[in-house]
Amino acid sequence: MRLIEWIDARFPATKFVKAHLSEYYAPRNFNFWYYFGFLALIILILQIVTGIFLTMHYKPDTALAFASVEYIMRDVPWGWLIRYLHSTGASAFFVVIYLHMFRGILYGSYKEPRELVWIFGMLIYLTLMAEAFMGYLLPWGQMSFWGAQVIISLFGAIPYIGEGLALWIRGDFVVADATLNRFFAFHVIALPLVLLALVVAHITALHEVGSNNPDGVDIKKTKDEQGIPLDGIAFHPYYSSKDLVGLIVFLFIFSLILFYMPEFGGWFLEKDNFIPANPLQTPEHIVPLWYFTPFYAILRAVPDKLFGVMAMGGAIVVLFLIPWLDRSPVRSIRYRGPLFRIALSVFTISFLALGYLGTQPATGLYTSLAQFFSVLYFSFFILMPIYTSLDKDQPVPERVTGK
Amino acid sequence: MTKVTTTLTFLLAFFTLNPAYAASAQLQLKPVDIDLSDKASLQRGARTFMNYCLTCHSASYMRYNRMGRDLGLTDEQVKDSLMFASEKVGETMTIAMRPDDAKKWFGSIPPDLSVISRARGADWLYSYFQTFYIDNKKVMGTNNSTLKNVAMPHVLWQDQGYLQKGTNGDLTRLSDGELTKDEYDEMARDLVNFLAYIGEPSKIQRLALGKWVLIYLALFFFVAYPLKKVIWEDVTK
Repeated sequence: MRLIEWIDARFPATKFVKAHLSEYYAPRNFNFWYYFGFLALIILILQIVTGIFLTMHYKPDTALAFASVEYIMRDVPWGWLIRYLHSTGASAFFVVIYLHMFRGILYGSYKEPRELVWIFGMLIYLTLMAEAFMGYLLPWGQMSFWGAQVIISLFGAIPYIGEGLALWIRGDFVVADATLNRFFAFHVIALPLVLLALVVAHITALHEVGSNNPDGVDIKKTKDEQGIPLDGIAFHPYYSSKDLVGLIVFLFIFSLILFYMPEFGGWFLEKDNFIPANPLQTPEHIVPLWYFTPFYAILRAVPDKLFGVMAMGGAIVVLFLIPWLDRSPVRSIRYRGPLFRIALSVFTISFLALGYLGTQPATGLYTSLAQFFSVLYFSFFILMPIYTSLDKDQPVPERVTGK
Repeated sequence: MTKVTTTLTFLLAFFTLNPAYAASAQLQLKPVDIDLSDKASLQRGARTFMNYCLTCHSASYMRYNRMGRDLGLTDEQVKDSLMFASEKVGETMTIAMRPDDAKKWFGSIPPDLSVISRARGADWLYSYFQTFYIDNKKVMGTNNSTLKNVAMPHVLWQDQGYLQKGTNGDLTRLSDGELTKDEYDEMARDLVNFLAYIGEPSKIQRLALGKWVLIYLALFFFVAYPLKKVIWEDVTK
């Protein structure tokens, strides 16, 4: 291998592969929940590649945008496949990210020394939300337009600077051509660059401290003579081969949706978005896409607009704080006491319930329920320092267990 | 594992609940079968569409020759029997009526029908064609109980005849058309089938490709899984 030696003398190719793949030791007891980080990376690549091809045919112009998407769906060879890969990929991205984040909470992957891994991850999540929000404006359908109109107007609730800020974001008094053009710029270049940089930071931080595992055991404490953790196995070929199996299963489900129900009953592509944007006609229900609905429900649960916006923002901010709110010395839910288990169950149910309520009209019982679950949502975080210190945790084993 | 199952059940329940915004709850829609492989039905639907719809409504994202290819018609056949509004088979289905004039004549601009089936759904469209009724309060003399106070007149009246609305809201026959009820139902079904087709012509390719992708992934699984097993053999459990 003279070529690789020539390269290694000038560029740390082998060193890099060793550090991150063939000699990166991950705990041997990863379970089902550990596929989603890898899958998120694959979807990121999928979105970037399909996005590039969409950009070749899409026109960020209010007079042409809607038609250009239909042009892609009909006249561009394989355009329909590229577009559905991108639209299904967007929802799949959030499915995978939510499961990935839930894994982090299940096994305490945010705890010392992985706080920055969590923070970078949360920043990725935040950027992804902005990316998805701006991307959804581009097809220029009714939901694109009115969704953006509603969300941007929320900035108007901020005292003194609010209206000016909303105007500055839109570049016009309503969502218009200027808005579409700048969202296009953010969606196709600015935010993807930020995303990529954050992903590098996320993985760099992870590989610095090493991966957590379903037992929450620190595998670096028990090493062999060569300094390799006894419970560690090289990412490649062990997890690369395992993740490949996970990827195939994921792609199977993904393809089922993409080829047989790309709208996913209105959850991935909303019916109203097949009507071109019309600033003069407000749709009956303005519903954001499913991945935003828990936060939308919190926003609408609060009667006051400004406090609603603050609650919605707060719902995301508290996620950043988990590493410091959790006072338990135990990482994994396997060895946690009953209080944390109950709290996490209540939180999970609340999050899903809020997600459902965000799709429903904000009236009567629905609003009361949204308020109830919003309180539960925040309680999980606010009460965390208390119940995690009081909890009766079990002893954590020295080494990882089987499965 | 039970925890995983519970979580997945939750997620599944969350995703399969029907979005409330899909249709107004009160509206009773008549279900219709869509079959894009029924070329005869699509061709009949195309004829109805060209004769009745494509004078006020455009389908400006749909090309004639694409339709011809998908419906099993040659360019000449398309030109001779289905093209009245355009010159070349490569053109899209546009109309001569200007939006400003339409606004003046009808009070609103007839929407482009390219993706109407994706915005409304096939059942809605089928119900719409079935629920025109006589209403003397309207300028056009007809109303529609699926889309209240629609500006569009009952274009298919010669075929269906006229319905009237009873005090209980039920529609009953007032006068016969040239077609029997079954024949009219078939006409409406063919038209909706065609509208569903032009809503997403690539659906034909999509469904055709889908099974091969799934077969490929299934085969790939039976290579990748044993490979993983072999590689993991030396990992102590």
